[in-house]
Amino acid sequence: MDKQVISIDKVSENIKRIVIKSRYISDKALPGQFLVLMTNEQSERIPLTIVSADKTDETITLIFQEAGFSTKELGRVIPGDRLFSLAGPLGHATHIDKLGRVILVGGGVGIAEIYPVAKAFKDVGNEVTVIVGGRNKDLLILKDEIATVADRFILMTDDGSYGRKGYTTDALSELLKEEKDCRLVYAVGPVLMMQRVAGITEKYKVKTLVSLNTLMVDGTGMCGCCRVKIGNEIRFACVDGPEFDAHEVDWQELIWRNSTYIEQEEHICRLDLKLKGVDS
Amino acid sequence: MDRKLPVKWAELSSQERVMSFDEVSLGYTEEQVLKEAARCLQCEDPQCSKGCPVGIDIKSFIYHVTQREYNKAYNIIRARNDFPSICGRVCPSEYQCRKSCILTKKNSPFADEKAINIHLIERFVGDYGRKNKIPKNIKVTEKYKNKKVAVIGSGPAGLCAAGELASSGVKVVIFEALHKPGGVLVYGIPPFRLPRDVLAHEIKTLQALGVEIKTDIVAGRAVLLDEFFADGFDAVFLGLGAGIPGFLGVPGENLANIYSANEFLTRVNLMSAHKFPEYRTPINVGRHVVIVGGGNTAMDAARTAVRIQKSKGYEINVKIVYRRTEKELPARRFEIGHAYEEGIIFKFLTLPAEFEGLDGRVSKIKCLECRLGEPDESGRMRPEKIPGSEFIMPCDTAVIAVGLGANKVLTSVTPSIKTDRWGDIIIDPNTMATSVKNVFAGGDIVGGEGTVIEAMGMAKRAAVSILRSFDDK
Repeated sequence: MDKQVISIDKVSENIKRIVIKSRYISDKALPGQFLVLMTNEQSERIPLTIVSADKTDETITLIFQEAGFSTKELGRVIPGDRLFSLAGPLGHATHIDKLGRVILVGGGVGIAEIYPVAKAFKDVGNEVTVIVGGRNKDLLILKDEIATVADRFILMTDDGSYGRKGYTTDALSELLKEEKDCRLVYAVGPVLMMQRVAGITEKYKVKTLVSLNTLMVDGTGMCGCCRVKIGNEIRFACVDGPEFDAHEVDWQELIWRNSTYIEQEEHICRLDLKLKGVDS
Repeated sequence: MDRKLPVKWAELSSQERVMSFDEVSLGYTEEQVLKEAARCLQCEDPQCSKGCPVGIDIKSFIYHVTQREYNKAYNIIRARNDFPSICGRVCPSEYQCRKSCILTKKNSPFADEKAINIHLIERFVGDYGRKNKIPKNIKVTEKYKNKKVAVIGSGPAGLCAAGELASSGVKVVIFEALHKPGGVLVYGIPPFRLPRDVLAHEIKTLQALGVEIKTDIVAGRAVLLDEFFADGFDAVFLGLGAGIPGFLGVPGENLANIYSANEFLTRVNLMSAHKFPEYRTPINVGRHVVIVGGGNTAMDAARTAVRIQKSKGYEINVKIVYRRTEKELPARRFEIGHAYEEGIIFKFLTLPAEFEGLDGRVSKIKCLECRLGEPDESGRMRPEKIPGSEFIMPCDTAVIAVGLGANKVLTSVTPSIKTDRWGDIIIDPNTMATSVKNVFAGGDIVGGEGTVIEAMGMAKRAAVSILRSFDDK
């Protein structure tokens, strides 16, 4: 049955992988696209990137971090449950071309989002370097999968518990200093990471794409909640994006808009803990 | 009784209504509707029907109401309009049937107060049919039983096209992008104007005619146009609606807590943000709300904001900023009246110039005063800025309700569908046929922003053409 949860499991401390039945989405999803889902009738509509799609099984895979109330709610579903709503694929797919050397940078749960893009760039014959980073070893997800598509794979942890100690942006700076022929940098991760990536690549004049995780409601262009300033124009992440030229993004505005509901988020998470009988 | 004046209908008091999202206008009782219907002059050459986008035989249904033959009245309306309970509530009748009523003076911009309250009589009859479960008088023929039509979008145009086609025995499947059917009727129009049980009933009535509704399907992404035909549909009707909200293009417009009217209304109407945290979608409504625009959507947003302020225990403080004067407000006159009654303040001849913020959240709005100059291409006087007239108002929530552009999700991946420079689908206005064979369109995606009943008028024309195309084969 469409929208049914096939499996859900823990990838790391607060990151989960969920496989959902969806005939329509699995048939059309391409790297870079996302979907919007509601866990139950009271839920928010939340956008999540599609990590992979299986046309034969008619399933799609999502990897998400239990960061706020809505993602925690999604994290509580069990196989057999049926999501209340699931619509997609949405947004433009990544434009995949043979460019030569491409560097992909993934931070946190953004690693899950760069994997399908890295694979697609590799599949058309690019030389693919992947840099991933997280606070600790546990957060470096999809290591095995990415290793199969990356010509060069650099792992970074903030605490040095795996790979090199440091940030993805440290590795990127070094790479760009020594490799002058990088044609594209593609980054997904926390806004601050993407902003730093943009700052570095601007110096080296390397074209850079970022996939923006904005707030959304409908996800089909109808509400404008996801609007971002790109250059001097208002663009909607849902229908014009989610990928944009990193050097054109108004990062400060994105950070502001993304924190519109922090008070409500804290409130509902506190309520949630109370309901579960956990002392906050 | 003074027969020259219309029978007054009941409404919730302004104190009562701001406490809830309950319907404001209570419509006519039977006694009242009989009196109002008796005011109709039953003109030899009635003009009212000419003002109705779907050409309801108004004179005749009003006559049957005077005879208390509500069943007959209901079927006369249903012959032209499948949704009398909806249209009786949301039609801007003062610009349509009531403006054409003989009791309105010629060349008035909108209906005279004396004009027959056709919409309220229609609403009474529609509600009577709904409460008494009067079936639609249809003759389903076997002729179209093997025909299948895909209707894209479940707003007024889509619902109407589906109803017309299903009534003729065509198998109809509606594909809706959101998780609930109804389009603008569910995400846009607030329940205090259109109660959700009314909408739910009308949708159930459609399903009873055999219409299947599939939600969560974004046409152009999940299903491409060609695939509908490959899946066995004989024709496709595009009722995509007006999609993309417009913004002002002034500095500071992307600060947090500045909403498009679509977002603001969707959060409340579709996602129940006013019931947070029981419903998980949040909304921020502060103490100083400014709505920009003068249409029905602006009124809906303002009145929604008032209700949320009230529920939070705030003083009501909602301003509508409009660059022309009260006379040019495009909203329904009833809604403007309701907005005033609910304590909303209108700032006419005022143009927003900039939003200012504090920590990324809007805190002030800078405006300019305007005066009316020469008429523009729409025939309305063009507002001109008065230099040096800047003033600042506190504003912690802003809603931009300045119109919508076409949603290009489907058309951008379907170049064979010809669109105009605004992105609206180009159609033959007689048949509603698009540039692609067996694909028809209607509603806001072909005409910019129209009314519910105009969308339905187009959908009916499209349905007729679709049936005719089946006959021709």
